[in-house]
Amino acid sequence: MSAPVSVSLLVNGEPIDAFVLPRINLADFLRENLKLTGTHVGCEHGVCGACTVRIDGEVVRSCLMLTVQAHGASVETIEGISDSGEIADLQAAFRERNALQCGYCTPGMLMTAQDLLKHSPAPDRQAIREHLSGNYCRCTGYQAIVDAVEATARMRAERPA
Amino acid sequence: MKAAAFAYARATSVVNALELLAVHGDKAKVLSGGQSLMPAMNLRLLSPEIVVDIGGLAELRGIAMRGGVLVVGALTRHVDLLRSPEIALHAPLLRDAVSHVAHPAIRNRGTIGGSLAHADPASELPACVVALDATIVARGPTGERRIAATKFFKGIFETALSSDELLVAIEVPVTGQGSTFFFQEYARRHGDYAVVGLAALAVVAAGRFSDLRLGFFAVGDRPLLAAAAGKLVNACVNRGLLAEAAAALTNELDPPEDQQATAAMRRHLATVLLRRCVADLLARPELATGVTK
Repeated sequence: MSAPVSVSLLVNGEPIDAFVLPRINLADFLRENLKLTGTHVGCEHGVCGACTVRIDGEVVRSCLMLTVQAHGASVETIEGISDSGEIADLQAAFRERNALQCGYCTPGMLMTAQDLLKHSPAPDRQAIREHLSGNYCRCTGYQAIVDAVEATARMRAERPA
Repeated sequence: MKAAAFAYARATSVVNALELLAVHGDKAKVLSGGQSLMPAMNLRLLSPEIVVDIGGLAELRGIAMRGGVLVVGALTRHVDLLRSPEIALHAPLLRDAVSHVAHPAIRNRGTIGGSLAHADPASELPACVVALDATIVARGPTGERRIAATKFFKGIFETALSSDELLVAIEVPVTGQGSTFFFQEYARRHGDYAVVGLAALAVVAAGRFSDLRLGFFAVGDRPLLAAAAGKLVNACVNRGLLAEAAAALTNELDPPEDQQATAAMRRHLATVLLRRCVADLLARPELATGVTK
């Protein structure tokens, strides 16, 4: 009965058609089927944030979403928003401030931080911490990550539109 | 871990979803936003034979005023509640509560109907609908029925819904003049499940409560509408009376003990929330302090 189901979706702008088992979550589909391994799998129950991707422009946990639920949706992964240059400044700020060490949380952190900066261009440190509170980092102690997000917000505000 | 194998059906309408539930009964689980169901399935706490996905049913979305009632569709997401001007105006308790539910990425998918049907005793929205005296609208093979929120929650992850029924909407009575609310919870980290929480709705006139509904959560197997509130209604609240109400609350609670807190700690925190709530709603900060046993 649990036969593969047909899904069609956009991933980083590219149309994808596939047959997937219903139990395959979106994170595994991106990693195993599409070899987009930038989306990381940590806790697999929505706590760590490493698998954060964008669906139709909004951040979601790809471990808490079935691939079949993404039918008809536009999925953006860290590969997509890196290649487009959308977060080049945020990535540079992470590098400059050592806001990553092992890098496991980084794709999810960047996704979530970019989501905050899109909705709230000048967040204070408290707002940054709150928005990132669903993303675990076990290396940095978060200080450098908050610094990098704050610096990026400041740079974007100063940049001529 | 990964979810065990299951069959998948994408419901095309509420009627279609009900047909699927009628066929599969207990072996089916309804998937809306999946933010509680998916973790439970990934942890293999639940292994339904079939998942009925109602996520695409536009007829279950949206917030509308009908008469004196705010009708909230079951698939209304947490983020929709947070941004809705109707909710901010007519049921601000829900907006405040939702800001404590998990994190942005989860609020973008989780739905009010899913949260209520899941009935986690530590989650915020069940206590809110109890405090708001809301009505849960369920549709089944024989039609629609309305269940008072106070009668809806039956135990841990248990509700009055039968396996062939679908939660379709929540009706929230619009609060009148003089109505005020309070929401606070203790959690290890913002967005985590509460150790103890309180969602309260009150009507205050001339410095007294003419109504007070205290919905505690994470203090038992379901949200608790505290009877102790009765002691504070139509009475001149002072420290002595508040201490009496706190003692009554302590007796009324039968909180669980887990790795987050002992039962005694939960009882204590519930009385702290009670004092803060009363002090806040009556705008008498002096009532929040002092030892109450």
